[in-house]
Amino acid sequence: MKISTAHKIGRFFQYFVLILVGIIMIYPLVWMVGATFKTNAEIFSGIGFITKNPTLQGYIDAVTQNYGGDISIWKAFVNTYSFVLPKVIFTVISSVIAAYGFSRFQFKGRDFLFGIMISTLFLPQVVLNVPQYLMYNTFGWINSPLYLPLWVPTLFATETYFVYQLVQFMRSIPHDLDEAAAIDGCGPVKILYKIICPMLSPSLVACALFQFMWSCNDYMGPLLYVQTPSKYPMSIFVKLSMDADNGFNWNRILALSLISIIPQLVVFFCAQDAFIDGISAGAVKG
Amino acid sequence: MSAPATKTYRRTPFKRWCDENTGLFFLIPWILGFLIFKAYPFASSLFYSFTDMNFFKGISQYGIMNYVEIFTNRKTVSSLLTTVKYAFMTVPLKLVFALFIAYILNFKIKFVNLFRTVYYIPSILGGSVAIAVLWRALFKDTGVVNTILGIFGIAGPDWLADKGWALFVICLLRVWQFGSAMVLFLAALKGVPADLYEAATIDGASKTRQFFSITVPMITPVIFYNLVTQIAQAFQEFNGPYIITQGGPRNATTLVSLLVYNYAFKVNEMGMACALAWVMFVAVALLTIIAFSSQKHWVYYAD
Repeated sequence: MKISTAHKIGRFFQYFVLILVGIIMIYPLVWMVGATFKTNAEIFSGIGFITKNPTLQGYIDAVTQNYGGDISIWKAFVNTYSFVLPKVIFTVISSVIAAYGFSRFQFKGRDFLFGIMISTLFLPQVVLNVPQYLMYNTFGWINSPLYLPLWVPTLFATETYFVYQLVQFMRSIPHDLDEAAAIDGCGPVKILYKIICPMLSPSLVACALFQFMWSCNDYMGPLLYVQTPSKYPMSIFVKLSMDADNGFNWNRILALSLISIIPQLVVFFCAQDAFIDGISAGAVKG
Repeated sequence: MSAPATKTYRRTPFKRWCDENTGLFFLIPWILGFLIFKAYPFASSLFYSFTDMNFFKGISQYGIMNYVEIFTNRKTVSSLLTTVKYAFMTVPLKLVFALFIAYILNFKIKFVNLFRTVYYIPSILGGSVAIAVLWRALFKDTGVVNTILGIFGIAGPDWLADKGWALFVICLLRVWQFGSAMVLFLAALKGVPADLYEAATIDGASKTRQFFSITVPMITPVIFYNLVTQIAQAFQEFNGPYIITQGGPRNATTLVSLLVYNYAFKVNEMGMACALAWVMFVAVALLTIIAFSSQKHWVYYAD
């Protein structure tokens, strides 16, 4: 009897902490959703998220705003995805090819190259920014209408994190299958896309999802390399609209911010298991 | 693999070399990418750090003046110290929260997936500009946080304009994203063998004792992994200070990566920017090396 009371108190405490922390974690987002339906006068008058007189003015302002016709919310979306999608696709393809080379073959110098790959995991982007900028400037890539600096490097497996993750996953696939395929006359390329890729598909999806999220959130890349307002992606557009009116139209800015993360939220909710499995699986061996 | 050569089937030395180095062909894109986008920028960044490289004027002077400047100028020194302070606040807070919540979630909790999702969402969205905007709304002088504090009769500060609090608010944005570290801890906690706890319970060890004597030692590899990755991230923080505070008030949130950006792209002093980036890189590298070499004293690998 005594033990069960202590047990119950313990249980209560556990749920209490989880719910309390959970509310603190998620309330900012809930409040944000509520605030987008409030009038500017009401937004900071209380902490509730339900408004007495809901208005769509914030949304109307957010979707109709365009800076001299140069850029609107829709155009910003199109701009964002026009480099995010190539970036995601090329990252996955180039990383899986590199990971295949690292994990499935023996050759002289492999361990040396692998060591280099691991050490670039710890190489901060800040160190590379200036020379990369100067190099892209020489290539004529700055302000490129095709966003070349943002996605061309990913063709060359430069996103080391994903190469490393895929090497880890590939090592866990038994070699018997590819050996059997090799005996049946499959070449190494065919083994990669007929045998390895299908078995690896959950990890490939996880890599694509993470790269999607990170690329949508990326702010510094576009800040450095996109200078024409009509080519601004979402991240720059949101910052621009926030600066433009010094925070007087909070409902418009919050509505705009919310719309800007809706695609990411949808992707997350459709694929949350892939995300969570993706990071847990990576660390088991990390 | 090597089939006995028949009379009609002969390998030339070149073909044999190709066979032995098939893996290398798959690494060609990576090798090119490494040389062009990593190794060359890395080396030239070190070179520029010993010059007065200016985007418009080019180089006119070589020497260690940038490094002298970094360690004597108040602005750069305070930026380095601010970054260290930021990292030492953010990383422990984040890891302690992540471990604490993961520990509770590891009891047989109902709706564990729901809780996990709720805690994980900030990690997905936290880096976006939208959340930085939200942070400004929350910590504005008349913002949500101060309204809540007001209910308890506390007059909150003007967080983002207060020299003492602004850095803390930037920290909180990262701490709020403890979900990804938590998911890693949760996976590790699930891997701790249950019989260890049973044996300890029979021996009369309290839950607290079990936590520090069984749980923590068993998950040290993941603690280590989280520690190293979080330190590297913390030293590179850019979006938070750039979007929320622009480095202010009075440079209280000018982290190194923001200062590097300002030197390189606001005033075009690229040599100085490279030197500063290198100082930061060496600091992170040293911390990482210390972490790796301390591993044998506290990280327990089961296999």
